[in-house]
Amino acid sequence: MNDQNLVKMSEIDKSFAGNRVLQNVNFSVQAGEVHALMGENGAGKSTLIKVLTGIHSRDGGTITVKGKDVIFSHPKEAEKQGIVVIHQELNIIPHLTVTENMFLGKELSIGKTGILRKREMQTQTLESLKRLGVENIPPNETAGNLSVGKQQMIEIARAISTNAEMIIMDEPTAALTDREITSLFKVIESLRKQGVSIVYISHRMEEIFQICDRITVLRDGQYIGTKPIKETSFEAIVKMMVGRDLGERFPERSSVIGDTLLEVKDLARDEWFEGINFQVKEGEILGVAGLMGAGRTEIMETIFGAAKKSKGQVLLQGRPLDVTHPRDSIRAGIGFITEDRKDEGLVLNLSIRENVALTNLKAVSCGGWVSNARERDLVDDLIKKLHVRTTGRDQEVKSLSGGNQQKVVIAKWLGIEPRLLILDEPTRGVDVGAKKEIYHIMNQLTEQGVAIIMVSSELPEILGVSDRIMVIHEGKMAKVFKRGEADQEKIMHAATGGE
Amino acid sequence: MKKKIVNNLSQLGPLIGLIIIVIILGFTSDSFFTMNNILNLLRQISINALIAFGMTFVILTGGIDLSVGSILAFGSALTAGMLASGMDPMLAVFIGLLAGLLMGAVNGLIITKGKVAPFIATLATMTIFRGATLVYTDGRPITGLSDSFSFEMIGKGYVFGVPFPVILMLIAFAVLFFILRNTIFGRQVYSVGGNEEASILSGIRADRVKIWVYSITGMLSVLAGIILTSRLNSAQPTAGTMYELDAIAAVVLGGTSLTGGRGWLTGTLIGALIIGVLDNGLNLLNVSSFYQQIVKGSVILLAVLLDRRSK
Ligand SMILES: Nc1ncnc2c1ncn2[C@@H]1O[C@H](COP(=O)(O)OP(=O)(O)OP(=O)(O)O)[C@@H](O)[C@H]1O
Ligand SMILES: [Mg+2]
Repeated sequence: MNDQNLVKMSEIDKSFAGNRVLQNVNFSVQAGEVHALMGENGAGKSTLIKVLTGIHSRDGGTITVKGKDVIFSHPKEAEKQGIVVIHQELNIIPHLTVTENMFLGKELSIGKTGILRKREMQTQTLESLKRLGVENIPPNETAGNLSVGKQQMIEIARAISTNAEMIIMDEPTAALTDREITSLFKVIESLRKQGVSIVYISHRMEEIFQICDRITVLRDGQYIGTKPIKETSFEAIVKMMVGRDLGERFPERSSVIGDTLLEVKDLARDEWFEGINFQVKEGEILGVAGLMGAGRTEIMETIFGAAKKSKGQVLLQGRPLDVTHPRDSIRAGIGFITEDRKDEGLVLNLSIRENVALTNLKAVSCGGWVSNARERDLVDDLIKKLHVRTTGRDQEVKSLSGGNQQKVVIAKWLGIEPRLLILDEPTRGVDVGAKKEIYHIMNQLTEQGVAIIMVSSELPEILGVSDRIMVIHEGKMAKVFKRGEADQEKIMHAATGGE
Repeated sequence: MKKKIVNNLSQLGPLIGLIIIVIILGFTSDSFFTMNNILNLLRQISINALIAFGMTFVILTGGIDLSVGSILAFGSALTAGMLASGMDPMLAVFIGLLAGLLMGAVNGLIITKGKVAPFIATLATMTIFRGATLVYTDGRPITGLSDSFSFEMIGKGYVFGVPFPVILMLIAFAVLFFILRNTIFGRQVYSVGGNEEASILSGIRADRVKIWVYSITGMLSVLAGIILTSRLNSAQPTAGTMYELDAIAAVVLGGTSLTGGRGWLTGTLIGALIIGVLDNGLNLLNVSSFYQQIVKGSVILLAVLLDRRSK
C-alpha cells in the first residue's frame, strides 16, 4: 500500500527447535528514515534482522524489497540489494589489518588476475575512516591490537563504504566512546540526507530520541507497534517494551554504610595507571567513571589478581590482600563481572548450568565430586532470582540473547556470595527492565553489607546508583565526588582532563 | 527439549557407524562373530583405546599430544630394563607408570610455562623421548624379562575368560568417564578448552589443568606400553611409532572437537572400536594391508564429513 517502503516484512514467523522466537511480526522501513527497533533482551530483534538478511530462514511471512518479493538465502544476496548489517557480535578478524578487514570478501584486484591493489584499498580505507572522523586508526594496524570501540568503527566504516541503501546497526554504540558516538551520529545524519535508511537497535533510550524518526517495538517475539518518535515518550516506549509501567529508573537505595572493606594505596601497573588511592565501605557503591581506555578496567583487573601490579598495596579489612591468581581473590570473597562477556565472562558452548557452576565448583561439590542435585538447586535458584529468560538450565549460553548472557555472568558471581563485587560495565547491552533488575540486585547486595565497585560509561547510571564517584583520567585519579555533588558536566569535565 | 534429542542423535552417529561396519563384516566373514574373535579384537584395541582416552582429555582442553608413542616406548623400555635386572615386577610397573606421568608433565610444563603451542611442543618431545629410548636400549630390544606370573598376567592373562588388557581398558574407561562427568577437574577440562580466559577469571588454574591432562595421557601411554611389553615379552625401541595417529583418529571419530571444549569419552571408546573392527575385519577378509590403509583413511574421512553435515 505504501511505495515509500524500502523494505517490508509481514507476518514473519521463526522458531528455533520448537521455541517460537518471532510470531507474526511486521516491520517496514521507508527510504531515508532512521528507524529504531526496540524490545527487551531476547525479544527477537537480532533474529528479525537475521531473518531479513538470510542468515536464518523464515518459517512464515513475506519480505519485500522495493515492492518485490525476495527470499535471501545468504547475507551476500541481501548486500547485492543494498542491505548491509553491522551485527551485534563483532565480525572483525583480529590478525588481519584494518584495510584487509575493510575489504574482506570484496578485495580490489587488477582486472581478474587476483593480484591485489593494495595502495588503492588503503586509500579508500583511509577515506572511509576519515568520513567517520576516526582517521587516527592506522589502515595498516592489525585489527586485534585496537580497542573494541575502534574495531566497531571499522565495521561501521565497512558498512557505509558499500554504498548501501539500508544499513542495519545492531547495538553499534555498546563499545564506543562518547566522541566516537558523536561522530557516528553525524554520519548517520548525513546518510539520512542522502536517502539511506538506517535501522537502529539500541538499549540506550537517549540515543533513540536523539537520532530516530520512527520506532518499532517487539515484545516476546510479537509485534507491538510502530510510532513516530515525536508522538511517544520514554515512559511510553518502556511500557510498550515491558508491557507494564516500570516506575523509577533507579530504584531507591536504603543500605547502611559500614566499615571500610577495601583500601587501595598508591596502586600502579606499568604504563597503565599509577597513584590510585581509594576505599570502599561495606554497603557502599563506588561508581568509577572515565573515558574508554582511561585504565578503569586495568585497575579492576589488577585488584582482582588477573594482572600484576607494579607498585602499591591492596588491603581487605585492613589486611594486605596478596593475590597472584583470580582464584585467590575469589577465596577472599571478591567477585569480578568482566566487561567483555563473550571473551572473559562465559564459555559459550557450555550450558547455563555449567557456566554458573564454574565459579562455584567448590560449593556444589564434595571432595572433588560435583553433586548434580546441589548444582541444579544453585543454578535454578539464580536463574529465578535474576529472571534469566531461557528454555532451561541446560540451554547453551551461546543461544541466549545478549542481555540474558549478561545475567548469566552476574549469576555466576552471585553464587560465590561475595563481600566485594566489582562490576565492569554491568548493563552494557542490557534492556531497561533488566537494567533495573541489576540495580535492584546491587541494592539488595549492599543491604546485606556487600561493597560494590561499578565501572560504567553511562553517566546517568553512574549518577543514579553510586554513593561516591571516582573519575579516572589517563590512568590517574582525576576527582572523587560524593553523592549529590556531581552532575554529568562535572564528571565529563574531570574525565577529559579538566581541573 | 527437542534440542536435547537432536543433540543426542548426533552423538549417536559414531555408534550407528560402528554398528553398520559390524553388520557388514558379520555378513562377509564367518569367523567375525565368534567369541574368540571378539575377545581378540577387544584385546587388540585396548592399547589404542587407553592412549586415546588420555588424548581425549588433551584434545578437550584444546591441545594435542604427538608424543604418546615415544612416551610408550620409553616407559616400556624402562620397565623392561628394570625387570631384566631382577626388580620386583609390581615396583617396576609402578616406576614405569610414574615415568609416564612425569614425561606427560614435562609436556604440560613446556606448553603452559614455556607457552609453546601443543603441536610444536609435543612434536619436539616426541623426537626427544624416542631418542632417549634408543639411547637407553642402545637401539636393541630388551628381552629376557621376568617370568613372574603377575607381569605376564598384564598382557596375556584372562579373568573369567576376558583378556586382562580388556579389563584394564574398561576400568580406565569407567574411572576416566566419571572424572570427566562428575568431578571438578572434569568440569575444568571442558571450560579451559571452551574459553581459557574466562576460566582463569573464574578462578580456575588453567595451567594446572593442562599439566594434569598431559600427565594422565603420559601415564596411560606407558600403561598401554606395559601391556604390549608383557604380551611380546620384550620391549622394542621402536614400539608405539605412529600410535598418536590412531589415537587422534579414535578421538575424532568419536565426535570430539579438535578445537576443544566439546566431546565425550564414550565416543572415543566407540572410535577406537571402529578402528579396531576395521583392522580386524579387513584382516579376516584377507584384504591386503596396502588397501587396508586406504579403507581406514576413507572411513575416518567419511565419518568426519557426516559429522559436519549433521551440525
Ligand atoms: N541460534 C539460536 N538457537 C536457539 N535459540 C536462539 C538462537 N538465536 C536466538 N535464539 C533465541 O531467540 C530469542 C531472541 O533472541 P535475539 O537474539 O533475537 O534477541 P534480541 O532481541 O536481539 O535480544 P538482545 O537485546 O539481548 O540482543 C532468545 O530467546 C534467544 O535465546
Ligand atoms: Mg540482539
